[in-house]
Amino acid sequence: MSEMNLAQSSLSLALWINLKREVIVAVRHKGELANPLMFFLMVVVFIPLGISPEPKVLAPLAPGLIWVIALLATLLSLDGLFRSDYEDGSLEQMLMSPQPLAIFVVTKILAHWLMTGVPLTLIAPALGLMLYLPAEGYGAMLLSLFIGTGSLSMIGAIGAALTVSLRKGGLVLSLIVMPLYVPVLIFGASAVTSAVGGDKIGLEIAILLAMFLTAMLLAPFAAAGALKIGTDA
Amino acid sequence: MPELELEAFTCERDDSPLFEPLDLAIEPGEIVQVAGPNGAGKTTLLRALCGLFTNWKGRFSWRGNVLRRPNFDMLDQMLYLGHHPGVKRSLTARENLQWYFGVQGRVTPDKVENILAHVGLAGYADIQCQNMSAGQMRRVALARLYATYASLWVLDEPFTAIDVKGVEHLENLIENHAAKGGTVLLTTHQALSIPSFRTVHLVPFVQGQL
Repeated sequence: MSEMNLAQSSLSLALWINLKREVIVAVRHKGELANPLMFFLMVVVFIPLGISPEPKVLAPLAPGLIWVIALLATLLSLDGLFRSDYEDGSLEQMLMSPQPLAIFVVTKILAHWLMTGVPLTLIAPALGLMLYLPAEGYGAMLLSLFIGTGSLSMIGAIGAALTVSLRKGGLVLSLIVMPLYVPVLIFGASAVTSAVGGDKIGLEIAILLAMFLTAMLLAPFAAAGALKIGTDA
Repeated sequence: MPELELEAFTCERDDSPLFEPLDLAIEPGEIVQVAGPNGAGKTTLLRALCGLFTNWKGRFSWRGNVLRRPNFDMLDQMLYLGHHPGVKRSLTARENLQWYFGVQGRVTPDKVENILAHVGLAGYADIQCQNMSAGQMRRVALARLYATYASLWVLDEPFTAIDVKGVEHLENLIENHAAKGGTVLLTTHQALSIPSFRTVHLVPFVQGQL
């Protein structure tokens, strides 16, 4: 331990420790971790049973279906994002840190994406196979989901922060977040559709990236502000 | 210069003050007990000083700086222990303690085992807090006090769920901290057996009295 460490509160240390904690907590709550993935898997398994197992029917629907289900799976995992920290007082300790709350929000979002968006992206090809997604669509699907789920986590964090003090915030959360998810869904799904049709996907990916970067700039501050209001009682 | 100074300070709920406006100057090295009946606003007052409750009236200054919310320097010198102390059930005592100091942007100042030994949790470092009793979980939170960098302690009912011997230890710790120039602000319904402390009584505000 050096004198430097003692002299001043360190932002990077706070960031790193909190990220580490978020990942450990997420891994220890295996049920919550598996929940969105199971939902994703189950819906995709049921679709051929409920609609039709014909490739002709499923293939055109596949890009949109995968995106819609991935979006709903993310939504399912959002409610508890800040709730347990709010209830056990961890959030107050983050507010009492000399470091800004927004950096803790960043680590929570990053952990959420690593634990939800990234696994969803990784299992998506298997589900694409079940829905007969044409081979040209896989690259676009992986890329658009990878970027898009990041935006979903960030936008969702704002909704989760606004509803943190509500015991049953799920419905309100969905209502807040849904309209903001629409653009991500439209451009995400259309990237996959374009790729399947043999078109270039540069435009869609550029817009998805732009939304990702805008969300990255704004969401942590918006969520931090909402959390401050939520704890102010 | 007083560590903390309040002038005509009161917290409001539903547009009505909770307690009679308070004038208070706390010098470094003082132990101040905030007393009052249930609902008088003890917790709210402490939260307001921590910046966790913003609907207050009056003036509040820290080391001569008039503040609306605690600033970086104040937060860096402050430790708050509330009813929910921020101990995560799925983390071990070690992880909880390291997280607490990390969130402050600090390295854990001593070996975790040594810190936990102070609160009678030697050998519990790698046990998840959900496998502990309520008192032991509370002790994990209190362990912060034995290693903290902060000089201003704000403790809301620190003796909850702590046994007689633990209370004695904690009182000694508070006394030592004050002797070294630290400041302690606490609420408790227990009789304190610390030789020198000041009690501030919150008088519930009665509508139409003024």
